[in-house]
Amino acid sequence: MSIDTGPPAEAVIESPVADPIETPDEAAADRPEDAGQWSARLRHSAVGALPPERLMPDRQPAYVASWIYVFGVLTLSALAVVILTGIALSVMGPQWWHVSSTGLFVNSLHLWSVEVFFFTMIIHLWGKFFMAAWRGKRRATWITGVVSFVVSVGAAFTGYLSQQNFDAQWISTQAKDGINSTGAGAIFNVTNFGQMLMWHIVLLPLVVVALVGLHVLLVRLRGVVPPFAPPDQTDVVGPDPGPLSADPSSGHSTTPSVAANGERP
Amino acid sequence: MTPAAPTSPGHRARRFKPDRDVAEWHGAYRPYDLVKEFLIALVVVVIVVTGLAVIFSSPDDTPVTVKSWSAASPVDFAQTAAAELDGSSGTATYGPPYNATTGASQSILGVSPQSFFGVHHPIDTANDYVLAPLRTLPDRPAVQAAVDRYTTAPASQQAAWTAAYEKAVAKADASHGALVVPPGAYGPVGTLVSSLTAMARSGALDGALLSSRQFYGTDYTKPLLFIADGTYLADKAQGQHLSGDQWGMMNETGSFPGQAWLWLYTLWYQVAPINTSANADFQVWALMMGLTLILALLPFIPGLRSIPRWTRVYRLIWRQHYRDLASGPAS
Repeated sequence: MSIDTGPPAEAVIESPVADPIETPDEAAADRPEDAGQWSARLRHSAVGALPPERLMPDRQPAYVASWIYVFGVLTLSALAVVILTGIALSVMGPQWWHVSSTGLFVNSLHLWSVEVFFFTMIIHLWGKFFMAAWRGKRRATWITGVVSFVVSVGAAFTGYLSQQNFDAQWISTQAKDGINSTGAGAIFNVTNFGQMLMWHIVLLPLVVVALVGLHVLLVRLRGVVPPFAPPDQTDVVGPDPGPLSADPSSGHSTTPSVAANGERP
Repeated sequence: MTPAAPTSPGHRARRFKPDRDVAEWHGAYRPYDLVKEFLIALVVVVIVVTGLAVIFSSPDDTPVTVKSWSAASPVDFAQTAAAELDGSSGTATYGPPYNATTGASQSILGVSPQSFFGVHHPIDTANDYVLAPLRTLPDRPAVQAAVDRYTTAPASQQAAWTAAYEKAVAKADASHGALVVPPGAYGPVGTLVSSLTAMARSGALDGALLSSRQFYGTDYTKPLLFIADGTYLADKAQGQHLSGDQWGMMNETGSFPGQAWLWLYTLWYQVAPINTSANADFQVWALMMGLTLILALLPFIPGLRSIPRWTRVYRLIWRQHYRDLASGPAS
């Protein structure tokens, strides 16, 4: 009696299942009829604006050589610690840190990371101000940075209101006057602990993270602002800003808006 | 100035503005490991924050309760209760969003968002802080009789009673713990306030003042405003350098740093004429909202956006770049 041992091994290797998986770009390239698809268009727009080498570059212009540049990433790092320690406090609930030494320590980490976050963010903000970092189509980067700062102030403020101690009592009974005077007190009641806690741990962190994410993407999109040009290179007339182009050799954006020679690069 | 360069259709020629435009960077690039930089920064921040937390911990001063307030400062409690009863307390005369007191809303040039949005967290201080809590003591017929007598009296009689009580309680003695008010023509008000004090000292008033009518509650508006109407909370805050004239917004209890980033906000409260204005809060908020808008829109504001170029602090930031430029063409 013979036993059927199945197809030879070579047949399995040649099975269609073993074919290499197509990458999305290859698939789109192979199927031009899908080019109008929303998903394909979104992917192409995103990859076109922020190709991987621009999103995660490994080189920077030589002028990026100052300690002031460190404060942006220090701010991001402090924000990460703020969020992680906030999550730890959330796991055990708002009463925990009042009755547990471990909770008090986590609360201390949370408090001091907030202080470091604001310290580094304000230095970052002043540094960018003195660089006039909005130049060269970077105005949206500046605006998202300022709005991130303002929303962060609100996030910290609601944190102080959520402490459930004497400090929270005093801050809420004092702060109500300013907020009520604007009419916002009708919906934003600083003496309502539950409402303030929700704003502090859900709404405002979401907005801060979204704004900071957008800010970082804009930094990657536009690149780091170049130094002020020497006077003899600036008194020129040039065309209106054109679309952003990338330096393929470096993965960095260049800004063709006003080139030194007055011509579009 | 160089003449306008030929432009392509749809593109308008314009002059280079150093506070808006940048010159193209044709210089060198150097390796820069962003991920490594972030991880090193994260480690540094974790070490610094952990060190600060271990050395300084964080403040957690016990909150003031109606119970602790009435025990620690019975005269202030009694005076506040009388003021809530006759409608002369801070909360009773506050205006929106707590009540509709005429002329209490803040405004600038006749514009008052506080009035526009109106009453959203209604508080009737006489009823919410005094009469309704006392109504929860049905087994105290003398207290209920005092409440009935007060509520059925004409408003002028009520005002006469509370005025007489406020005059008497100012001379009250609480040196032995219990509140002893000199006799006077204050009708049932003495019984009302002494009963409320007893209720507060037992801790029952804290629960009765919670705004929620459900089992679970998180809205402390009523007890907080009641406590803030007295002087006990403010005196305690003054001792912790937290009051407005002490730049308290930037401070924390003890010696901890507070919201130091609010320095500009609290600065305006120290400056004339805002520091004596009845509309100070709205003026400061309007000022801060305007300044924040200016900061956000700085890139669009001629003059202000030139400050970085005029101050030349950028020469310090990019000193190596300008040194390289001075020594020769960029590589």
